[in-house]
Amino acid sequence: MSETGNGSELPLFTYTLRLADNALVLGHRLSEWCGKAPILEEEMALANMGLDLIGQARALYTYAGEVEGEGRDEDALAYRRDAFAFRNLLLVEQPNGDFAFTMARQFLYAAFAHPFYRELVASRDATLAAIAAKAEKELAYHLRHAGEWLVRLGDGTEESHRRAQDALDELWMYTGEMFEVDQVERALIERGIAVDPARIGPEWDETVSHVLAEATLQRPRDGWMQTGGRNGRHSEYLGYILAEMQFLQRAYPDARW
Amino acid sequence: MSEKPMPLWEVFVRARNGTAHRHCGSVHAPDAEMALQAARDLFTRRGEGVSLWVVPSSAIVASDPAEKDMLFEPTASKIYRHPTFYEIPEEVGHM
Repeated sequence: MSETGNGSELPLFTYTLRLADNALVLGHRLSEWCGKAPILEEEMALANMGLDLIGQARALYTYAGEVEGEGRDEDALAYRRDAFAFRNLLLVEQPNGDFAFTMARQFLYAAFAHPFYRELVASRDATLAAIAAKAEKELAYHLRHAGEWLVRLGDGTEESHRRAQDALDELWMYTGEMFEVDQVERALIERGIAVDPARIGPEWDETVSHVLAEATLQRPRDGWMQTGGRNGRHSEYLGYILAEMQFLQRAYPDARW
Repeated sequence: MSEKPMPLWEVFVRARNGTAHRHCGSVHAPDAEMALQAARDLFTRRGEGVSLWVVPSSAIVASDPAEKDMLFEPTASKIYRHPTFYEIPEEVGHM
């Protein structure tokens, strides 16, 4: 198995890894709020969502390791790969910024991931379907929580409105990648294993438009979209995330406590 | 920019269907919907509940601690109000 994603991987492995990496990287981003959230209530909310995502990542990594059949477990996949082997969306690795930025990022991801996992429940792959059934409920809450915050920030004070709009404007170019389909996925979609993101598009559009309208925020115009994360081409930020996240396993391989 | 202090809400959790909601703490939140979410995030993390109530703390009317002698002390001598003077027939079982 090559770590560079040179096309020799099993499609199901790559697919599962992409989902796992999205969950882990976004979960790690939320964990960075620990001790720094604006209010105690939100401290807990952010940690809860982060833990939901890391739980999803664990199940997905374990399954990816089984599919690969090379003896890699969840820890090996999370802690022993370099940035170019990560397949997450560029959206989820974007730095937390201010609270509005974190909530906007969470909202844009959950507005996609919730209907995505709801569809994946019908996958012909029984393990993915079971993981999806759990993730779907968790992401429904993430979507509601982030959506409600976006409405209050957008329709709040002049400052909160400006910060929320800035966040959307900056993040919008990372939303296109969620809807990409490559050959790896096309084959799995045809076999009824993967979800065709084209099926998610209309619902995502409607959710985003509805919430932004209520939040009195402008929906950014679709322009040039960033791409690459799903194939291992990342922004500079991922390396810093991994440096912190993987330090212990790199310094003390197989450490246990 | 002026910020209003965030209102306080009292949280009640029902552990199981059929039992009553019990007070378990309070949260700060800008409005009722966010108070429910904060209550969910703080007080039901370990499977504590199946239903939540939040009530504005300002809606609670409390007894005056200075009146506790008048209000509560007189009952101390009225032990006959406890239903411990009755024998429960065995057929009734656990009450």
